[in-house]
Amino acid sequence: MDTQTLTYLFVMATFALYIGIAVWSRAGSTNDFYVAGGGVHPIANGMATAADWMSAASFISMAGIISFMGSDGSVYLMGWTGGYVLLAMLLAPYLRKFGRFTVPDFIGTRYYSNTARVVSVISLIIISFTYVAGQMRGVGIVFSQFLDIPISWGVLVGMSIVFMYAVLGGMKGITYTQVAQYCVLITAYLIPAIFISLLMTGNPIPQVGLGSTLTDGSGLAVLQKLDRTLVELGFTPYTDGTKTMIDVFAITMALMIGTAGLPHVIVRFFTVPNVSDARRSAGYALLFIALLYTTAPAVGAFARLNFIETIHNEAYADIADWFTNWEDVGLVGWKDKNTDGRIQYGPGPAFEGKPTFRGNDRGLSGERVLTNNVTNNVNEVYVDRDIIVLANPEIAKLPPWVIALVAAGGLAAALSTAAGLLLVISTSISHDLLKQTLARGITDKQELRYARLAAAAAVGIAGYLGINPPGFVAQVVAFAFGLAAASLFPAIVLGIFSQNMNKEGAISGMVVGLTFTFTYIVYFKFYAPSLNVAENWWFGVSPEGIGVIGAALNFGVALTISALTPPPPAATRALVANIRIPSGVARARVH
Amino acid sequence: MAKPHTPYGDTYSAENYWRANLRLVATLLVIWFSVSFGFGILLAEQLNKFSVFGFKLGFWWAQQGSIFTFVILIFVYAALMKKIDHHFHVGDEEPPPQ
Repeated sequence: MDTQTLTYLFVMATFALYIGIAVWSRAGSTNDFYVAGGGVHPIANGMATAADWMSAASFISMAGIISFMGSDGSVYLMGWTGGYVLLAMLLAPYLRKFGRFTVPDFIGTRYYSNTARVVSVISLIIISFTYVAGQMRGVGIVFSQFLDIPISWGVLVGMSIVFMYAVLGGMKGITYTQVAQYCVLITAYLIPAIFISLLMTGNPIPQVGLGSTLTDGSGLAVLQKLDRTLVELGFTPYTDGTKTMIDVFAITMALMIGTAGLPHVIVRFFTVPNVSDARRSAGYALLFIALLYTTAPAVGAFARLNFIETIHNEAYADIADWFTNWEDVGLVGWKDKNTDGRIQYGPGPAFEGKPTFRGNDRGLSGERVLTNNVTNNVNEVYVDRDIIVLANPEIAKLPPWVIALVAAGGLAAALSTAAGLLLVISTSISHDLLKQTLARGITDKQELRYARLAAAAAVGIAGYLGINPPGFVAQVVAFAFGLAAASLFPAIVLGIFSQNMNKEGAISGMVVGLTFTFTYIVYFKFYAPSLNVAENWWFGVSPEGIGVIGAALNFGVALTISALTPPPPAATRALVANIRIPSGVARARVH
Repeated sequence: MAKPHTPYGDTYSAENYWRANLRLVATLLVIWFSVSFGFGILLAEQLNKFSVFGFKLGFWWAQQGSIFTFVILIFVYAALMKKIDHHFHVGDEEPPPQ
């Protein structure tokens, strides 16, 4: 069977599985819809959290980013895993004890204020929509690359699948679908990695293979060879960084705090039966995430080496099929600057911007003709980072079923994250904006109907953003983490660890943190992108890392204001005392 | 006769429970900070002078070691907290204190 037929088979089989689970786990009450009845086993919740967390960006883009950034890519590896330590020790157990449905629910109740609730709903919606647009785009890309379906049709198919299990099943449907999606995505990630590690080093474990000696007879370890090859081509060594230490520090910290403050991750810990399960479940979640996150650096390094060896100084006429295939879809471009018919690879961009082609015109060697302005660099190749994971099986000449599996895995990663995000958006609207603020006194049944309506509307908006992506999607990833770090994380942590924190402090902290971070990112990313260089940054911190300073401001303002205003009521102090101990957690329903 | 000493303080009060909790979390967060921001970032350049099993040491901590340590830290936290909960009689299954 050819690759495309196999891909159709794999993708359809996994979709059938997700829909089957959705039908089986239909939600009957708001409790089911919001927190899956609170009876999810910690290991199942760990898998669901891992799938919820690992998005199209983790699955498709991360290894590629590391592959091209080398040591600088470490910020994502540490930043997106270290946050779970904070989540497990500072948030999850206490929020589980609190035992309600949403993150704004905690902030609104703890700070006895609907203003605080609404401010947190606003942060939640900005954070989650930023994030979800990228997921739908990821779905569209996988469909168009692997199945030859236009991106918009791909997004529509993805939307209808998510609609089925998010709108019908709520958190219960999402949880068990995410468990299945985790299994699909981790298998799809590990199998090619194991194959490639075996081929290149003779060791099947990628994490060990990354440090092993190559089987090419050079006698060098993978990273030694990679460092040498890159230096010969004029790059900095793979294992040396180029970013300043202060910026690396700030970005890592911002990603960690941001991760711990992401609402769709936090709510997953509302679904386990009790407090010690919430702690354990965070451990399982990170274990399942670490499987992928420790494999990614190996995939990145192997792919970079493989990539250079397959293309550098090769004649275009003899180049591997994957190169021309990805050139056909515009993710690879080659400009034969010295007209020797061979591909030269080196540092710096080969030409300005992403490749734009002159129709289907072919050059002297048969390559697609580019219309971009050429640079003076020796480098002649443009390669989109996203193809590292997607094309890796082809680059390493793995069988077609592995490629089909990778497509199904990419879809699982994107769909599971999209569903989790859509759920927190819809519940914060039905529960926090309607039930608790605007339409008090609606029944459980009405609330459930509103939750489904909100979920359906959110799916629609997400799909629209996926089909018509605003040009800024790629630039706003920093938003989601920066804003979560600067608004929600400090408010929740202070709510648990400071009995004296009052609503005045928390609200002004959130508003200051949010406004500062928002302004800084908008200024450097949109208003004056030409000034976005280290000399102009405050304390040398880039927009990606500014969430740390936003969070510090939030903490500082909250503590100062709360010291100057009346302490919170006795009931609030009692609530804090209560969430600090595990005993007496509300009973959960066993599935 | 002296009061029986407990590893977490003399009396079984909510304050002592909270203090034991904070002490544990602080200790674990020191390790969390050391392996990532310490070994992986601040000391990475110095550690990179040493090579172990085909890895420069600072690079290994940044891309592998820190992540393994994070996983272990959470499980250690969960296990030790369960002990502390039990010690202070505030475990999941126990009735809430008055």
